[in-house]
Amino acid sequence: MAWQTINRNEPVFDADAPPVLSEAVREKIRSFFPRYDTKRAALLPALHVVQDTLGHVSWKAMAEIAEVLDIHPSDVFDTMSFYTHFWNHPKGEKTITACRSITCELLGGREVLDAIKKHLGIDEHETTPDGKYSLVTEECLAGCDHSPCMLINEKLHKRVRAADVPALLAAADNDKIDIPRSTLFDAPQESQRAGSGSADGKTDDQVGTNVAE
Amino acid sequence: MADYEPVLLRNVGVDGSRTLDVYRARGGYKAAEKVVKDMTADDVIDEVKRAGLRGRGGAGFPAGVKWGFLPKGRKRTLLCVNADESEPPTFCNRVLMEHDPHQVIEGIIIAGYATRAQIAYVYMRVEFHEQFHIMQNAIDEAYAAGLLGKNILGSGYDLEVYVHRGAGAYVCGEETGLIESIEGKRGYPRIKPPFPAVEGLFRMPTVVNNVETLANLPHIIERGADWFLGIGTPSSAGPKLFCVCGPVNRPGCYEAPMTITCEELIMGDAFGRGMTDNLPVKAVFPGGTSMGVITGDELQMKMDFDDPRNFGMLGLGTAAAVVVNNKTDIRAVLRNVARFYALESCGQCTQCREGTNWMYRIASRIEHGAGRIEDLDLIEEVAGRMGMMPGLSICGLPDGATFPIQGIVRKFRGELEEHIANQEPGKAEAVLSVLN
Repeated sequence: MAWQTINRNEPVFDADAPPVLSEAVREKIRSFFPRYDTKRAALLPALHVVQDTLGHVSWKAMAEIAEVLDIHPSDVFDTMSFYTHFWNHPKGEKTITACRSITCELLGGREVLDAIKKHLGIDEHETTPDGKYSLVTEECLAGCDHSPCMLINEKLHKRVRAADVPALLAAADNDKIDIPRSTLFDAPQESQRAGSGSADGKTDDQVGTNVAE
Repeated sequence: MADYEPVLLRNVGVDGSRTLDVYRARGGYKAAEKVVKDMTADDVIDEVKRAGLRGRGGAGFPAGVKWGFLPKGRKRTLLCVNADESEPPTFCNRVLMEHDPHQVIEGIIIAGYATRAQIAYVYMRVEFHEQFHIMQNAIDEAYAAGLLGKNILGSGYDLEVYVHRGAGAYVCGEETGLIESIEGKRGYPRIKPPFPAVEGLFRMPTVVNNVETLANLPHIIERGADWFLGIGTPSSAGPKLFCVCGPVNRPGCYEAPMTITCEELIMGDAFGRGMTDNLPVKAVFPGGTSMGVITGDELQMKMDFDDPRNFGMLGLGTAAAVVVNNKTDIRAVLRNVARFYALESCGQCTQCREGTNWMYRIASRIEHGAGRIEDLDLIEEVAGRMGMMPGLSICGLPDGATFPIQGIVRKFRGELEEHIANQEPGKAEAVLSVLN
């Protein structure tokens, strides 16, 4: 078998394609500028807003964020790649973040994680074929008084038992929190979709299913 | 300790404790008003210094002294609030922000006034979703009531409070890592000196204080330094939040003076109420995992700033105890703790990046039944060659990684040796071929 090689002549993204960040998103990013001494400091807020808008932060989105912040695209990737929260490929409509630190493990976190994997038929860093769920693990979620715990999008589920997993994942409102939300880091109102962080970001990346990170 | 009346947690469980009206009705914002209207910045610093308030984030450095390091003739000061609580198994800041956000905001106003800061950034880990919404809504409410923003309560003092959400990195709880993260960079801790008080965020004099430290300030101002010194011991004064979790009957966040022992925290009626199914305690990580471990025979350890050192611990840390019962295989605990630091090492310093991962690999093979007897010496040797204390790293993360691992290997060596001696012959080769 021949070596598979990367075609370096093919651009990572199509620079001539229409922009992925709307003017409303750019304006929202700029609205963070007065808070900081430098534009670059608005990078984490910008990444949060873009990820909420597109469902992930694509290569093209990174280049456009760089444009708004007056920095090099590689600076955006450099920072973004350090943090586990940002994705540069599409993810499912809901992201399950299962805790696997010491307290959760002592109280059955591994069994819960196995039950999730079995129920969804995916492993960590994968997305279900129907695009509904992505699964990741995270170190301590600071919910150790309710171990084992996991997040579904913004909602922290407490004292989860492996037996409860199918019912929990079948519930339509399992990512809804019952307190007033702040929209500060959300997508701007105009482009906001129902739910948070779904995968309609098919603009410039292929939507993959079951792809490892 | 049954007669101790909680101060920091006094509003927890009260209906509507998140709202400004309830917080005010229960005496809130009186201290902030007194500070901005009747006190000078130096008065506040003196009072906090006199109280000897030591930082609650882990290092235990006196807050007033930290403020005192700010250069005299500075033009600007920035205040950062460390709400990046990520140390397993710590959740006391979460409880404070979730139930009583205005107490934290009042602390921010007082610290901001004392340090003459006009901007405060609350650096909050991203996994705190609900807590972010609660804090942001409370901040909006405080702005609307004239408690934040320009000319607070007509005093002429201005303070803007901005929440800056993190994105999943333990190392951003280190104060200079936190600063880099706010600047929009990787959360790489900086080489010190210069310390943040001299050159911090945006190269300006900066103070970084933990949420719980700030929550103490309104009470110190309102009740005075003498009240604060009357609780606990002279070197460990004031109310303190303790977390207890794991297989105990009542896991949770409790407030007590720092005269409490680890045993009382686990067994006491007002605290953990004993172990589930009355199983014996095998080990406790009493200060967050990074401070080290004590065995079930060392529960008499006092949860103060000094006593943990007598038990081979790094310090009090975050005073969050996770208990391990005798049904748990210590190898699994070793591997879990080692993995945390291997994943969370930022990768800047070679011996931490490589050493934490090396220790994790050793711990994994021991757990999978492929340990070698010399692995125990090896893991101790690796642990002894990393960290800030031998002067090899930029931040304290590798020290926090070595203390629990060295602690487990030293205090449970017999058990680990027994496991290794009883390993299935031939299994080691099979496991090693997969792991390495």
